[in-house]
Amino acid sequence: MGPFILKRIGQTLITLLLLTILIFTLARLTGDPTPLVMPSEATDADRTFFREQYGLDRPLHEQYLVFLRNILSGDFGVSFRYREPAMNLVLAAIGPTLQLAGLSMLLAIIIGVPLGIAAALRQGSWFAAIVRGYAGLGQAMPSFWVGLMLIMLLSITLPIFPSSGYGGVANFVLPCVTLAFFASASVTLLTWANMTEAMRSDFVQMERVLGIPNRLIVLKHALRNASLPIVTYLGLQFGLLLGGAVVTERVFAWPGVGQLVVEAILNRDFPVVQASVLLTAVLFMTVNLCVDLLYAVLDPRVSA
Amino acid sequence: MHRETSPPILTVKDLTVAFGPMERPARAVAGLNLTLQPGEILGIAGESGSGKSTLCNAIIRTLPRSARVGGEVRYDGRQLLALSEREMRGLRGSEISMVLQNPMTSLDPLFTIGNQVDEVLRERRRQGQSNDQVTAIGLLRRVHLTAPELRLRQYPHQLSGGMRQRVLTAMATAATPRLLIADEPTTALDASIQDEILLLFREIRDRAGTAIIIVTHDLSAIRRLSDRIIVMYAGRLVEEGPTATVFSAPRHPYTRALLDSLPQVEGDTVTLKAIPGQVPNLAELPHGCAFADRCPVAIARCRTEDPTEMQLGLRHRAFCWLADTAS
Repeated sequence: MGPFILKRIGQTLITLLLLTILIFTLARLTGDPTPLVMPSEATDADRTFFREQYGLDRPLHEQYLVFLRNILSGDFGVSFRYREPAMNLVLAAIGPTLQLAGLSMLLAIIIGVPLGIAAALRQGSWFAAIVRGYAGLGQAMPSFWVGLMLIMLLSITLPIFPSSGYGGVANFVLPCVTLAFFASASVTLLTWANMTEAMRSDFVQMERVLGIPNRLIVLKHALRNASLPIVTYLGLQFGLLLGGAVVTERVFAWPGVGQLVVEAILNRDFPVVQASVLLTAVLFMTVNLCVDLLYAVLDPRVSA
Repeated sequence: MHRETSPPILTVKDLTVAFGPMERPARAVAGLNLTLQPGEILGIAGESGSGKSTLCNAIIRTLPRSARVGGEVRYDGRQLLALSEREMRGLRGSEISMVLQNPMTSLDPLFTIGNQVDEVLRERRRQGQSNDQVTAIGLLRRVHLTAPELRLRQYPHQLSGGMRQRVLTAMATAATPRLLIADEPTTALDASIQDEILLLFREIRDRAGTAIIIVTHDLSAIRRLSDRIIVMYAGRLVEEGPTATVFSAPRHPYTRALLDSLPQVEGDTVTLKAIPGQVPNLAELPHGCAFADRCPVAIARCRTEDPTEMQLGLRHRAFCWLADTAS
């Protein structure tokens, strides 16, 4: 297993390096930030001073090397807009995002895995039909709409939960449910499909004719075999939630990374864009590295 | 092994397994009768789709829920088809056991051999079918697996097909079942390994008196191993008799065609003779004998009337209008 881990870590580092080039270039493709940052009455000299101060007047490759050297020493630049270290802004936003993503994933697993198993074992029953309906709705309904409906229903019509903001436990309910609804639908369908396949496999048939108790066949053998693709999916889904719950964060005015990035892009606040994309990317890759390592633990054929 | 006097361990009476719509059912097994004596090895031959595997799964009751099963399966006097799933589970593995077709996929790839053998042993002990003296290593030794200590720590993908079939056989016979069903146990294996596995089955029978049903389309395996043979075609039994008799004097044209399809070696030339045509669609069987369309000697009657049983001698019977005339 040692070489496997080293190889995966090496791949992750190379991906990160490529990513820095990509982020750097993409951020600059949005145009010159000077007019957006400087007040309209600023003189040309002010503008030139701004460009020089942030190194924007230098050739791109030079800017990139400076950028790379700086991030290696932990300096992600200062936000053009807030005049604060970009990383501090991102770190402040990543907390709420991680909490939201983590809780939603947990909820999705708690709902989706048992539903998927039960549906796979009761193929063709009314229960399976209901699960199919739930999963279909969850996948088909866009998160922003679900979010808005929940706000209408549970914070306006019946004022139970706050409609927006961050702080107390109650604030978590609506955004969590919104995200978990979608994620649990996918987890349900994936568990269902993979459990069905696992239950049809030869080794399950063999365990049956050997009189192994059903509980062991389902929960030990079939579930572990079915869990491999589910784990992969969860890793990807978690990554998506990390950087991409933009819409949900906006609907619920959640002070997370999604919101921060959208704002930073609109303002051409390069350092913030770069820092947040880099941080979410590192988190995403770490999660997927963990998934791969978990995969190697779950499946002895991987590391062989 | 002729133990005519003892009561049969297994009696299958008028067994029918149907799939598909009620009005146009596909009968994978149609009105099949057979008996098996304790310690007897019965070979079941036939092409793919002849209903061999369905028959096995009907006996041990692992057919999909969509299957409609009729008739009787008596094991040691008990009507298996009337048992609850729970009672049936109590018999599976301990009294009636089975080895599946594909050893490559019949072990869980994510657990070690030891884990899986132990799981079976624990279950047998819990049922009082085994004791602490029987160990996983002992079981693997009994099926002549080399380096059993090492195998227990290995995963299925680290073992060859032959080794895996030995492991599966060890698991299936952990508690000395009285009936072992082997569904194409050698088909997925190299020719050189096939013989060893067949010998292993014979050894199990000789040691424990286990009755064995071996299903295969490999007639040479049946010839070497079984005491008696049943030939199936399109879900029906077409010929039954002592292995030596059926091989030397087959009476059903299908049996003859099957035997002819074995490679014939004469000097340097090997000739293969295939049976022309295909196994008919079970949902659209023609009137009369199901084999009539492929039969080289079929007469008009074969296409209008189902052939009845023709007794041809001691325990030798065939379902063919021409069984007593053709040779």
